[in-house]
Amino acid sequence: MSIAKVPRETLAIALGADELAAELARSGHEVVRTGSYGLCWAEPMIDIDGIAYGPVTDLADLDAVRLGPVDALPDLARQERRVFDRCGRADPFDYDPAWVRSQLERDPAEIIDEIEASGLRGRGGAGFPAHIKWRTVHDTPADEKYVVVNADEGDSGTFADRLIMEGDPFRLIEGMLLAGRAVGARKGIVYLRSEYPLAAEIFARAIKSARAMGLLETCAIELFVGAGAYICGEETSLLESLEGKRGEIRAKPPVPAVAGLFGKPTLVHNVITLCAVSGILDKGGAAYADLGVGASTGTMAFQLAGNVEKGALIEIPFGVSLRELVEDWGGGTRTGRPVGAVQVGGPLGAYLKGEQIDTPMTYEALAAIGAGVGHGGIVVFDDTVDLVRQAHYAFAFCAHESCGKCTPCRIGAVRGKEMVEALMASPRSGGELAIIRDLCDVMEQASLCQMGGMTPIPVRSALGLK
Amino acid sequence: MRNNDIDFGTPAVLNGLPNGSPDGASSEKVSLTVDGHRIEVPAGTSIMRAAVEVGIPIPKLCATDSLQAFGSCRLCLIEVEGRRGLHASCTEPVREGMAVRTQNEHIAKIRRGVMELYISDHPLDCLTCSANGDCELQDMAGAVGLREVRYGDGANHLESDIDASNPYFSFDPSKCIVCSRCVRACDEVQGTFALTIDGRGFDASVKTGAEDFFSSECVSCGACVQACPTATLMEKSVIDHGVPDRVVKTTCAYCGVGCSFKAELKGDQVVRMTPDKDGLANHGHSCVKGRFAWGYANHTERILEPMIRDDIDDPWRAVTWDEAISHTARRLKAIQAEHGINAIGGITSSRCTNEEVWVVMKMIRAAFGNNNVDTCARVCHSPTGYGLKQTFGTSAGTQNFDSVADADLMMVIGANPTDGHPVFASRMKRRLRQGAKLIVLDPRRIDLVRSPHVQAEYHLPLLPGTNVPMMNAFAHVVVTEGLIDHDFVKERCDLASFEEWVGFAACEENSPEHVADEIGVPAEDIRAAARLYANAGNAAIYYGLGVTEHSQGSTMVMAMANLAMATGNIGRPGVGINPLRGQNNVQGACDMGSFPHELSGNRPIGDDALRAQFERAWGVAIGAEPGFRIPNMLNAACAGEFKAMYIQGEDLAQSDPNTQHVEEALAAMECVIVQDLFLNETAKFAHVFFPGTSFLEKDGTFTNAERRINRVRPVMPPKTGMAEWEVTQALATALGYPMQYASASEIMDEVAALTPTFANVSFDLLDRVGSVQWPCTDAAPTGTPIMHRDTFVRGKGMFVLTDYQPTEERANRKFPLLLTTGRILTQYNVGAQTRRTKNLEWLNEDLLEIHPADAELRGLREGDWVSVTSRMGEISLRATVTERVVPGVVYTTFHHPDTGTNVVTTNLSDWATNCPEYKVTAVEVRPANHRSSWQETFGVRLTEQTDLLPQT
Repeated sequence: MSIAKVPRETLAIALGADELAAELARSGHEVVRTGSYGLCWAEPMIDIDGIAYGPVTDLADLDAVRLGPVDALPDLARQERRVFDRCGRADPFDYDPAWVRSQLERDPAEIIDEIEASGLRGRGGAGFPAHIKWRTVHDTPADEKYVVVNADEGDSGTFADRLIMEGDPFRLIEGMLLAGRAVGARKGIVYLRSEYPLAAEIFARAIKSARAMGLLETCAIELFVGAGAYICGEETSLLESLEGKRGEIRAKPPVPAVAGLFGKPTLVHNVITLCAVSGILDKGGAAYADLGVGASTGTMAFQLAGNVEKGALIEIPFGVSLRELVEDWGGGTRTGRPVGAVQVGGPLGAYLKGEQIDTPMTYEALAAIGAGVGHGGIVVFDDTVDLVRQAHYAFAFCAHESCGKCTPCRIGAVRGKEMVEALMASPRSGGELAIIRDLCDVMEQASLCQMGGMTPIPVRSALGLK
Repeated sequence: MRNNDIDFGTPAVLNGLPNGSPDGASSEKVSLTVDGHRIEVPAGTSIMRAAVEVGIPIPKLCATDSLQAFGSCRLCLIEVEGRRGLHASCTEPVREGMAVRTQNEHIAKIRRGVMELYISDHPLDCLTCSANGDCELQDMAGAVGLREVRYGDGANHLESDIDASNPYFSFDPSKCIVCSRCVRACDEVQGTFALTIDGRGFDASVKTGAEDFFSSECVSCGACVQACPTATLMEKSVIDHGVPDRVVKTTCAYCGVGCSFKAELKGDQVVRMTPDKDGLANHGHSCVKGRFAWGYANHTERILEPMIRDDIDDPWRAVTWDEAISHTARRLKAIQAEHGINAIGGITSSRCTNEEVWVVMKMIRAAFGNNNVDTCARVCHSPTGYGLKQTFGTSAGTQNFDSVADADLMMVIGANPTDGHPVFASRMKRRLRQGAKLIVLDPRRIDLVRSPHVQAEYHLPLLPGTNVPMMNAFAHVVVTEGLIDHDFVKERCDLASFEEWVGFAACEENSPEHVADEIGVPAEDIRAAARLYANAGNAAIYYGLGVTEHSQGSTMVMAMANLAMATGNIGRPGVGINPLRGQNNVQGACDMGSFPHELSGNRPIGDDALRAQFERAWGVAIGAEPGFRIPNMLNAACAGEFKAMYIQGEDLAQSDPNTQHVEEALAAMECVIVQDLFLNETAKFAHVFFPGTSFLEKDGTFTNAERRINRVRPVMPPKTGMAEWEVTQALATALGYPMQYASASEIMDEVAALTPTFANVSFDLLDRVGSVQWPCTDAAPTGTPIMHRDTFVRGKGMFVLTDYQPTEERANRKFPLLLTTGRILTQYNVGAQTRRTKNLEWLNEDLLEIHPADAELRGLREGDWVSVTSRMGEISLRATVTERVVPGVVYTTFHHPDTGTNVVTTNLSDWATNCPEYKVTAVEVRPANHRSSWQETFGVRLTEQTDLLPQT
């Protein structure tokens, strides 16, 4: 009997994967529901006896969408999948805990040393060296410590967290357990955005399964579903929300690694950061550090979205140029027009244009041009993009998502929106631009967190302000 | 009044802990420079606070030193050498060697930019704003040099509706800058959590959990108003009268917490009372009574002229002070001539100053020539004085209020701090939120049992009257489970008495299992709570009248003292036996020697040497025999042997038990002299009325529950023309015993000279250091926060056997329920003050709390009129059906004279001190459709007596 692998993943399901799976079963296939490989352009992408087809709309005419042997697909073979290596290949619940069991025997200090050697940095956006957090939590005495996973993936054009939680939830559980072992936490909590019901269902089932395997005896894992606020993706706001309070930014210091959830030392990481841990411990920190460029070590899960021909998640080492990602991996714009601008790193990321698109994708190179890697989201626009409208959108987004605690963000975003509206109404007056320039300085310099502090990045880049 | 106190922006770091934070830095010092000025501050201090200490205020709006740093306004940004960007100086702690720059062009530009945003959503009506001249937003706009707001007519909150539902303050969201100071004050300072920020981004706004402030959880403590930097939360009195222009520091005249206040005035008119940050009892916090309910001082019903009449059915005649005093002196002399020297006496008031109490006490002993002086503390905390004297050697609480910050466990017994002592309750709740544990022993589920972020580990809802078996069961557990602190006992206590006590406590009759049924609490809960107390580390007992007002009040006080000694919980911060005194000067009135058997400092009248000292100082002979206690006076009056009574500021006819008996006694006397603000219930039986002064007119001192002597300063001259001590002095003089004090401070000098516990105390000292906790010794010239540190005052701590003698007042078929009484937050005692304020808007009647099961049995529903009948009498009032009381127990208050709660309470009292057993009365409750006959009589008398007042 032939084996048909059909993704059980939000995008694939939205495009008909469930119906395809049912039909394949009816037609005598042994259907295995897997995660997605992340080749969004090919979804629903199914694998029948090792041959990939996609996007599949009609099972009767599979040959029209035949992509070839899965292992030979250039879009996968060219990747360096260290986090997503299992994702898409198999039923995520077909899991052998032997490896993680053996790893959990390791000495905490040794684990932290490996993380340090890997050069792993936070994949949520800030790119902070992971080992410093681990060591701080480890070294801060407390009766209780926590590992908190930030799965409040809210950046536009990003879906890496969802993909791995739907496709390989045990990878995250491994990362949490190993981190818990290293820092001395007996409890791990995943803060998942409410817009990811399937991820919630799959991850909850994985927790149950892990518990049944006896994996959670030293570090319990819980799933907490948020309530739909972008700001709760900011770590301190997320902690407030976990404590049952209104999602509002806490001033730092103290950093969460010293006083986090319920005032206890807390290791807060993005999903992808923790999902990199297994690979690092398996092959060694040095091997991971060999990938990438300079201080941007290892792989990054870039997510191509927006006006792009081949939307996809691409896990490759740091250092590839943005143009290569957009044009080579992404196949240019979907409209077929020239690339006008690319927003990198979510709604608070810079709009890059012209030769900026040749910048290598590393923390350092992007910082040098006033941009950032963020969570790896890349949103492509063609040359018809109206960047003044995008600047308006940046303020509007901030105004909509601001927690309202600090003044620059609470009032500044609204005033910025109003000023861009005035600018759109009379583009030649010029007075508004000066006010917006000053406002950007105030928001950048004075905001309590990066919500207000980074809103000037898309605004300035869109309006060409220095 | 512009607030001239220095605001350091963030709390001080105490013992390495930022105030209120469980995880603070160490107590090491850190040195840094601020704009080139070198300074050393404790680690954990904010840069903002360090800067203020070198005299460099940093602009700020969301920061204030009563609250933890928040970091939301972003005005306080500074630069740190070697670090990128700007940092909020409120949330950024100092680091060794740090070089901070608070001013440069870049910082100034960013601050102006932030202020420009604030002002872009603020009404520009400063000139007509109630906070004009007292507004931090206005100040900061000036400080940062804002000259222009370039944003046009954008979105704003200028049309928001004002919430004026609270009687004392209004909330105007159009002026709100969303700094969250009000929300944080409600959380951190008051601990009620009534406020929140609702909505996000530009819609973020301050909200209560209900429709408006009045219908919300808000307890009207004023902390939010105090914290508000703008006119958003503003006292209505300031809106009406304008910003005050001068300040007099004084002390609240309500409960025994003794909060320090600033009376803020325009001329002689009080515009508002604000809690004093420097006040060591309250540290800048207040409650609805002290903060807002002072309007009674100017109430139209206040009587300002002396009045006399021959018979209580005669109309009052307003007379001059001279005539009133000579008339009274004549009457008293005539009565003594006819009925003997002991036929007259008097009582002092815990509501009056130490100095006022002293002269009344002295007048009775020196001019009346007898020891018939008692104080209203008789009916509240006399067992405390007796019990703690026997065991420890001092008739006072052992700690200061600040001690609670070191407690690991609080055991609250027979007290309802959130209603009775709200400002201290907030301190308790703060400590509980930090992780201290709580045990509540109370028949009612008081708010502390479970309220936001506070939950008692154990609430043991014992039946009224069973305190002593409960405490004996605690002792049994401690003794039999090896929980004794033997080192403490061996070093500090009288071992013979300890051994005897161990034998007593270990008796099977005292085991939790043996007493559980009688107490009404499962034995395992008693055991668990006792273990928690004994093993807590620092365990502190806080108690109120639910301990003292029983037949065994004194026994219970000693039982608690035994337990504290046996577990080593005496003599350091965080522990102790802490009476929560009901009235502002209960401690002081007792200290002043206004007891028939004691001279000042609780020293026995029978002590010849002591008496000789007073006789020398006063130039009169003092009898060695104790005089009458209040109940003796009343009984003697009924028997026709006691004919005249000077009653200073107490309403016997409303507050003392068995009202009908009190009324009979009052009516039997020939000359009842009442000194009070209002024609109270007792005054309706009086022949002489001396108009009293409110605390706003008094010059003197109050001593609070922690032995703290605080100054009471007049903000206006006596409205009656004479200070109360001057009236007493004139009467004593007219009686033939000249008193010649030129000022209240001279009275205190005499108190200090004759009373060891008050030695070294003077108005000068108090004005210099603020307040002191007696005693002020050579070793501790500014007072003694914690007593019995190295040895007990009596030497070795004395264990006293606490055999349980149940009260004679028992429930039976005819009177199946036990009534217990107390008070509520917004009213105070007999309500003479609070009923004459807008506090009535919260509740304007006494309600009977009854459990749903008892209500259903009697066919009662919420709000029904019920009659409460005891062996003494009957009253009617409305019922509220609530699980706050357990089945078998009903509860009410005694704030309203027309209820007549004490008509049903009994004559039973504490075996040692005669403190009445208010807390246990067997009653039956039935549906009613009419007032009781006593209440009918009350109504008639009210009309008659009001008609007898001089017409103005």
